Amino acid sequence: MALVKNNLVIEDKWIFVQDEDDLPNGDIIVSLTRWKNDRETLLKRSDGLGIVLKSGENPDQIVDDLAFFQVIALTFPAFTDGRAYSYARLLRERHGFDGEIRAIGDVLRDQVFLMHRCGFDAFDIKAGDNKALAIWLDAQKEMTTFYQPTGDGRKTVRSLRDRRRLAKAAS
Amino acid sequence: MYKYDDYDQQLVDERVAQFRDQVNRRLSGELSEEEFRPLRLMNGVYLQLHAYMLRVAIPYGTFNSTQLRQFAYVARNYDKGYGHFTTRQNIQFNWPKLVDIPDILNDLAKVQMHAIQTSGNCIRNTTTDQYAGAAFDELEDPRPWCELIRQWSTMHPEFTYLPRKFKMAVTGSPTDRAAVAVHDIGLRIRRDDQGELGFEVMVGGGLGRTPMVGKTICEFLPKEDLLSYLEAILRVYNQFGRRDNKYKARVKILVHEIGAETFANLVEKEWEHIRDSALQVSPEEIDSLRSYFAPPAFEKLPSLSAEFAEKVGSDQEFAYWVQNNVREHKQQGYAIANISLKPIGGIPGDISHVQMDALADMADQFSFGEIRSTHEQNLVLAHVKRSDLYALWQGLKEQGLATPNSGLITDLIACPGLDYCALANSRSIPLAQRISERFGELDRQHDIGKIQIKISGCINACTHHHVGHIGILGVDKKGQEFYQITLGGRADEHAQIGKILGAGFSTDEIVDAVETVINIYLSLRENSEETFLDAYNRVGDTPFKEALYGTR
Repeated sequence: MALVKNNLVIEDKWIFVQDEDDLPNGDIIVSLTRWKNDRETLLKRSDGLGIVLKSGENPDQIVDDLAFFQVIALTFPAFTDGRAYSYARLLRERHGFDGEIRAIGDVLRDQVFLMHRCGFDAFDIKAGDNKALAIWLDAQKEMTTFYQPTGDGRKTVRSLRDRRRLAKAAS
Repeated sequence: MYKYDDYDQQLVDERVAQFRDQVNRRLSGELSEEEFRPLRLMNGVYLQLHAYMLRVAIPYGTFNSTQLRQFAYVARNYDKGYGHFTTRQNIQFNWPKLVDIPDILNDLAKVQMHAIQTSGNCIRNTTTDQYAGAAFDELEDPRPWCELIRQWSTMHPEFTYLPRKFKMAVTGSPTDRAAVAVHDIGLRIRRDDQGELGFEVMVGGGLGRTPMVGKTICEFLPKEDLLSYLEAILRVYNQFGRRDNKYKARVKILVHEIGAETFANLVEKEWEHIRDSALQVSPEEIDSLRSYFAPPAFEKLPSLSAEFAEKVGSDQEFAYWVQNNVREHKQQGYAIANISLKPIGGIPGDISHVQMDALADMADQFSFGEIRSTHEQNLVLAHVKRSDLYALWQGLKEQGLATPNSGLITDLIACPGLDYCALANSRSIPLAQRISERFGELDRQHDIGKIQIKISGCINACTHHHVGHIGILGVDKKGQEFYQITLGGRADEHAQIGKILGAGFSTDEIVDAVETVINIYLSLRENSEETFLDAYNRVGDTPFKEALYGTR
């Protein structure tokens, strides 16, 4: 497993804590259940806090708490379960979450780019470090043309055409 | 028609390169079949019973003669010399080799064609009225809107792994030839009191195991809001559509389970957030799209053509073809010509490479080089001068494309069935051929009048048998093929789901059973003007049931 972020393989300093385990020192990621049950305890800690959502857990449930999290991990139980694409866009574009949105679970070569377009910025890829980085870099290169506006800042075909129309009208 | 600009071309070219890489990774074993499957599906590649199948998108059913010649080339060079037009206005090739498919897609990209999203749990090819831009009752040509939807839905990053496939249809006429009410989203162009253009939006129509007619969730959507509203619908569906059961995953089930009103509220709430966003369609953008679909350079012609009238009077065969296959055009002196791909005893929707090349020439000569495919698996030349109809008909006849049966009983729709399809329970094509032969005699077809038979080889209902006037569903009972009959379905602006008559019939019995239904209709209709559907709606299914199953 390798965590890819900002075009680099990075060391994962975050600890995923199981619901029944004691809270360790250091930066931790907890489940939605744990967050709901142990909210006060978790907020008293000084180390980093993140939350992991299963694909059936809608981020609607945490939109008022986003300021407490540095990481939100969204799960792809299978790459064919596409709910988290919507969750990521809503977190970024609607709720202004600017921490890390991490894709975990079935995170594969042919989906990571779509994930990035939807606001994911960290990818837990099932491969060795070099292979994982190559997967990410290759996937990014494939498409350079986009019809849909998302929060990723990439120029859409529609905006490029608008610009052309304006330039033509001005000349 | 629409022409790619450099952006569209670049996207399709990049997609071909991407798929070539994916095929290479599959062939090298780096990708498992399970991982490759959704990727190939999203590029139109199915694994059928005997071979791979490639389904090429024909966006909203409009294409040109150059593209048709390229289909002929693909059929000749990579397939067995023919192609098959589908019920989604697309074309399928049944025998390509996987290793050739990137080359085929590259050849298609050269003529601005692709196979993107012709399968998979994503937004599929948007369909529309095959008479768009020619129909006399049209409020507006729906194709600029279809193209807008095509671009928005192509490789949408958020909606590529939906719970299930997603189909949209648009009609610009009050007469609905696009069956919009049986689509996941149906759009009907309308005008408000101020004369402003907008859309009635229907959601949750569909057939398959649980046939349903769509519910209107928005009576009038302003045109500039089309994309934001569609995005809101898809976002609600992507989050809340069921993923636990493939057969309950279509949006119709979600709409049914939570109710159309609750669904509409969810969409409305989502839409408020994104209505004023970059998704808003600017007047310049829609003007630009409309300019691609501007009417061709019609000549000013008299409404009557003496030459045409003379030929109709002197050539009975031609007169029948005109009567059955030619429709009124909005431009004086022009007509719409339906090209039947249903020769008596033939395979519905099939066309050979020779026929394709010949038809491309005829399109150039007689119809501004433009062709339409229909969800009834036929083709259309939409803009033919009435005075050219005879010459066109002669050319079609030479190619075996002049069957005068548009809208008649032998114009039947059939899926590939067990002859090709990995999902099918039964054969459809041989049954279609037998019914066609049984009723092939033209006088008898004229006597029976307007009627539509749709045959599906399994419950996935690719031919929409639930909304056929007579629907036939093939089922498998202990290794034997049986065929269930439904009556009274329709897909037009009065869409309704047909009723199952009773137990299925064996392969040996089914054609006789259909004939019994027809004979009962003929015996009880009030006069020859009363169509099968009208008669059925008047008398109900009892007389048909009694004739087929006795009075038990």
